[in-house]
Amino acid sequence: MRLHLAVFACGLRRYSTYRAATFAGLVTNSVFGLINATILLAVFAARPEVNGYDATDAVTQVFLAQALLAPVAAFGPPLGLGERVRSGEVAVDLLRPAHLAPWWLAHDLGRSAFSLLFRSLPTFAVGALVFTLRLPQGPAHWGMAAVSVALAMLVGFALRYLYALAGFWLLDTRGVNTAAALLGSFCSGLLLPLAFFPDLLGSSLRLLPWASMVQVPADVFLGKEGVLGGPLGGLALQAAWAAALLWLCAALTARATRRVVVQGG
Amino acid sequence: MSPIIEAQDLGREFTVSSGRPLRRVRRTVTAVRDVTFSVASGEIVGYLGPNGAGKSTTMKMLTGILRPSRGRLRVTGLEPSRQRTRLAGRIGVVFGQRTTLWWDLPLRDSLALTRHLYRVPAADHARRLAELTELLELGPFLATPVRQLSLGQRMRGDLTAALLHAPRLLVLDEPTIGLDVVSKSTIREFLLRLNSEQGTTILLTTHDLGDVERLCRRVMVIDHGRLAFDGDLSALRATAPSPRTLIVDLTAPAPPIEVAGATATRVEGPRQWLELSANPAEVIAAVSATHRIADLMLREPEIEDVVARLYRRERTASLGKDG
Repeated sequence: MRLHLAVFACGLRRYSTYRAATFAGLVTNSVFGLINATILLAVFAARPEVNGYDATDAVTQVFLAQALLAPVAAFGPPLGLGERVRSGEVAVDLLRPAHLAPWWLAHDLGRSAFSLLFRSLPTFAVGALVFTLRLPQGPAHWGMAAVSVALAMLVGFALRYLYALAGFWLLDTRGVNTAAALLGSFCSGLLLPLAFFPDLLGSSLRLLPWASMVQVPADVFLGKEGVLGGPLGGLALQAAWAAALLWLCAALTARATRRVVVQGG
Repeated sequence: MSPIIEAQDLGREFTVSSGRPLRRVRRTVTAVRDVTFSVASGEIVGYLGPNGAGKSTTMKMLTGILRPSRGRLRVTGLEPSRQRTRLAGRIGVVFGQRTTLWWDLPLRDSLALTRHLYRVPAADHARRLAELTELLELGPFLATPVRQLSLGQRMRGDLTAALLHAPRLLVLDEPTIGLDVVSKSTIREFLLRLNSEQGTTILLTTHDLGDVERLCRRVMVIDHGRLAFDGDLSALRATAPSPRTLIVDLTAPAPPIEVAGATATRVEGPRQWLELSANPAEVIAAVSATHRIADLMLREPEIEDVVARLYRRERTASLGKDG
């Protein structure tokens, strides 16, 4: 545990060395938030409500999605592990007396924690300054929203770890990553809130793991009826995905490292 | 005392696919076959061979990253591929072309992390870090991010990271690759000291025969996946004898010298290279009888020449057997 706290701290400090990149990312998230929000406001000027969302809900979700983009990395970037498998650097990871999956989880949570503080919060603050956003009511609701974001980060990690593990079989994960970025941005509700999709499609997509990164946390945050009813249903769905995917990560790691082919001599 | 590494009939095959999709041709390539050796505690052993001979494959099996296809392997009494994580706590590994250090963080941070990684008591860790910092002169760049270190500095950092948990066995894959003469010699002197003072067993692969001559009492040569030689350096020289060279500086340029027991292989102005097949004293006497000599130099065969000859001999032997 102390090892993983130390790895977490290294992950966090590692990203803190790239201040300019963090600032650029923050500006990008804010600008895209402003653009998306303006487009949705134009839609809502014609219709006061879409599938139970009003203009404030929609704009809030836009900024939530932009804020969550960096910590959950639904759109990428992929986990460094995939590139390390491709180059053979993974040999070094396997030489440590530590299991691969918890090591990368700690490392990636360090990264997510950093971007939560220095990208998510400022991005959301920009949205709150420019527009009226809907905030959780009372400490219990805030607490559930926080847990939901934490679960979203776990699901985000587990998905990217699984994409990277594919490298042990495919030796190159670039194709997987492209597909993953497309799936991730569409199915998570990042591109467009899943609430705007036709009912059956929207609720089916909400059940898939990608929705647990953006749409489900947004439902919890906004206090919407998710597909499982209420914020607790949303949290249960996320927790189930996080547990299932992390278990899969551990199980596949054992198989992957048994068939490891270290590339590059 | 039981050996620190024990390999018996060790073998590893790879399946390689080639050709276009749907018309893939799969074939099995043997990277290592029937390799048997053991390394006792306190030895420094050089593991040599040309590229593709099976050196790295062996190293990966020894460290547990690759599972052997056949044979028995024990390292510090453990079976590497099944007990990789436990083994990792007992050995130190440096792959010269890869780093275990955190690229973006100061060197100090990566070294601090090893304390938790190997569960070293804080006091021991601090003491060893102070020792290694002094021996490898890490002081000036402990606070520098790894990505800004020179290759020599990074290598010293990697060595430190591999040694902070006081492993019994240090496995080095090309530890001096790409380093300048001064950095190489710093690392060689350090390894010798580590071996003599702490009794750390060292197994290293290298293409740098200076490493071998300075460090290794014993060398193993692998070629085409088989162990072609295992013994000390002088025995290797005796197995594949290479002629000594007499370099003669004459007072004036002359045509190639012709004397019994030597062949001129190169002439550059007044300097001539004579490959010896007889006693050097007789050759010198014969040369001085016909030429005026300004200076003389006798060159021992380089280990590089010896290994190259050994490869060639092996190859002709195996060709003869196949044909």
